Amino acid sequence: MIMQYVVIVYLWLAILLYLVLGGADFGAGIIELVTTSRNKPGVRKTLYQAIGPVWEANHMWLIIAIVILFAGFPEIYSQISVHLHIPLLIMLMGIIARGTAFAFRHYDAVQDDMQHWYNHIFVSSSFITPLFLGIIAGSTFSGKINLEADGFLSAYVFSWLNWFSVTVGLFTVALCGYLASVYLIGEANSEQDKRRFIRTAKEMNIASVIFGGLVFLAAAIDGVPLVQWVFGDPVGLGSVIAATLSLGLLWSSLRKGKLNALRFHAGFQAAMILLAANYARFPDFIIVKGGNNFSLFDHIAPANVIAALGVALLIGSVLILPALFYLFYSFEKGLRTPSEKPGTISPPPVPSHHVPSDPPSE
Amino acid sequence: MNDFLAARSQMALSLGFHIVYACIGMVMPFFMAVSHYRWLRTGDIIYKNITKAWSKGVAIFFATGAVSGTMLSFELGLLWPTFMKHAGPIFSMPFSLEGTAFFIEAIALGFFLYGWDRFNRWFHWFTGVVVGISGLASGILVSAANAWMNSPAGFDFVHGEYLNIDPIKAMFNDAWLFQALHMTLAAFAATGFAVAGVHALMILKKKNIRFHTEAFKIAAIFGGIASVLQPISGDFSAKDIARRQPAKLAAMESHFHTGKSAPLYIGGIPDKKNKKVDYAIVIPGMLSFLVHGNFTDEVKGLDAIPEEDQPPVAITHYAFQIMVGMGIFMMLVSLLLFISRWKRKWPKQKWFLRFFVIATPAGFIAVEAGWTVTEVGRQPWIIQGIMRTADAVTPMPGIVYSFYLFSLIYLSLTVAIVFLLSRQIKMVPVLYDTSNLTAQPE
Repeated sequence: MIMQYVVIVYLWLAILLYLVLGGADFGAGIIELVTTSRNKPGVRKTLYQAIGPVWEANHMWLIIAIVILFAGFPEIYSQISVHLHIPLLIMLMGIIARGTAFAFRHYDAVQDDMQHWYNHIFVSSSFITPLFLGIIAGSTFSGKINLEADGFLSAYVFSWLNWFSVTVGLFTVALCGYLASVYLIGEANSEQDKRRFIRTAKEMNIASVIFGGLVFLAAAIDGVPLVQWVFGDPVGLGSVIAATLSLGLLWSSLRKGKLNALRFHAGFQAAMILLAANYARFPDFIIVKGGNNFSLFDHIAPANVIAALGVALLIGSVLILPALFYLFYSFEKGLRTPSEKPGTISPPPVPSHHVPSDPPSE
Repeated sequence: MNDFLAARSQMALSLGFHIVYACIGMVMPFFMAVSHYRWLRTGDIIYKNITKAWSKGVAIFFATGAVSGTMLSFELGLLWPTFMKHAGPIFSMPFSLEGTAFFIEAIALGFFLYGWDRFNRWFHWFTGVVVGISGLASGILVSAANAWMNSPAGFDFVHGEYLNIDPIKAMFNDAWLFQALHMTLAAFAATGFAVAGVHALMILKKKNIRFHTEAFKIAAIFGGIASVLQPISGDFSAKDIARRQPAKLAAMESHFHTGKSAPLYIGGIPDKKNKKVDYAIVIPGMLSFLVHGNFTDEVKGLDAIPEEDQPPVAITHYAFQIMVGMGIFMMLVSLLLFISRWKRKWPKQKWFLRFFVIATPAGFIAVEAGWTVTEVGRQPWIIQGIMRTADAVTPMPGIVYSFYLFSLIYLSLTVAIVFLLSRQIKMVPVLYDTSNLTAQPE
């Protein structure tokens, strides 16, 4: 039975890490979107250095979460797949467009007008993907999924196209932008860059607060008991307070120049938001119209499947986590090789190491 | 087109697209590792340049494979929710392990692509090897999951319920070993021939000859070995399918009538209505020999399978003929390669290189055809003998539009990637091998 909890913890851990790491990755594209075109090249350079080595890994958390869902909670996976088919499809199109555009713009051997197209696709899909991820997440607890609906609109469209889901989507976008800009403060190549990321972080912070407010407003309109979940529950309330305190600490660590504390606080706030929004209704994973909710405990796979899944996850983490930490550690800004120190890196797609006249380093 | 057909077409399209990128993504790292090893051992710059040129291609293919794979993990539920609801817990073991393998591959790729001149040289080399090994593991695990659909195991099917689930037994189902072997060899053969073909073309065009010759050798050796071994693995698979899925074998071979001394039809047009094959080359007793090892034993035909459980014969038969044809062609070219190698003459003759140029797409055509055989040959089942594909499809209407949309997306991606690769190849003289431009090569 302990394995049930292992699997559930991993599910939420994967969701959290996808929000924090994948979210920061999406956010990088959102920052590029809101940066003036004059400053875009500099931002792009920082983005390339910061997310290039880790971006594939950051998106693996989504795969982990989805595998846990279909292996461990097949009924929940299949209900989400049926009722949220359309936003899932749009999100997937975003993932495909974004991933390929990011790779193409760095690995195209010729730098010409095509870059314009890659950039355009990259930034717009960086906005659309988290928007729809947020819409999907919001829809699972909006209570708008109607299992009895038989019309196309009521069964497959209004399940996600409602005020609540859409505001959660917008809030997610702002949160991703916030996470990315806080993360990038430490990656900036110049003082000017750094100031720009700080300003973006502040703007994204304000946007998150505004969209967060709109989420509550939409919840009231759509009859989602969000206020009760967040403020009527000691854990929910506690996490809101913790997130607020952490926000204060974040800006104070920025003044003191503590970059790692800065990142920790941003990630911590995302975790607290996730906790506040989800704790009160745990173990219900999908809230449906009529109250026949899908609980993680009621719809869990048989015990030996969960045991096998739990063991696979535990073994997987032993292999993945050390390698992942080493990857993050190795590509920290401070540890970059001298040739990649600020100002000297040649921009992709023709980094200096392409020059084939390097002497063999024997 | 109805929604069911659209769902099947979209799935076929997504898998048919992904399989190419997955194969290249899992095989190319081994080519790079060989070339990288030679660079580290000999200090010959050409090998470093080959490794780097290949790694750019791999980065493009890996990114495309990763996103199309992500797409698939959702698409299983989007298109086949009823299948996933029941099959999810049973056949998920290889997927959860594959999640780990894929994750490690992504981490190792980060180290490899961005790690030049940054880490210990052998650590850097090793991360490239890890990319290959974890990619290979992913491929084997996904084949095992697909094998379960062909050879369901690890549960009891009682009155429509799936009881006593054993995910480990499901993973090690009867079909997994031969299917994984066949797929792995196919990936090496297809990628080897595709890469060798491109380099052979460049040699014929007299561009950066040494660069392309060294690259050609590595790719051709891998592709050649796999192509020579593949028919043996194919024989294992055919015998295995005859035992487990007689309907699939019968459709592959257009074998309508159960009987002793079963003939083998090569080519031909199967006529399902009159239960015969027109215009085929017929070898009497050969099918019995291929299945049983003697020319007389009985082979089950389509007449032994109820009408409603029979797969489409024509598609399965044509796809099978194409796969075998391509396989034999590649095997012959590989034998030529090894003979010339054995005579210590590396292929420099034009006619020989032209064979490789012609064979460039052969492996991937065979991969797509083989994939068609295994999937169409299993119809009308999504889980052989347990669940029909038609019962697994999503209730959501309008899948036709999603199929059109994704056809457009995959088509544009294919165009984009061909475009990017052609630019990579065009830029070889500038980015990777300047020996033709500078007066003094290394």
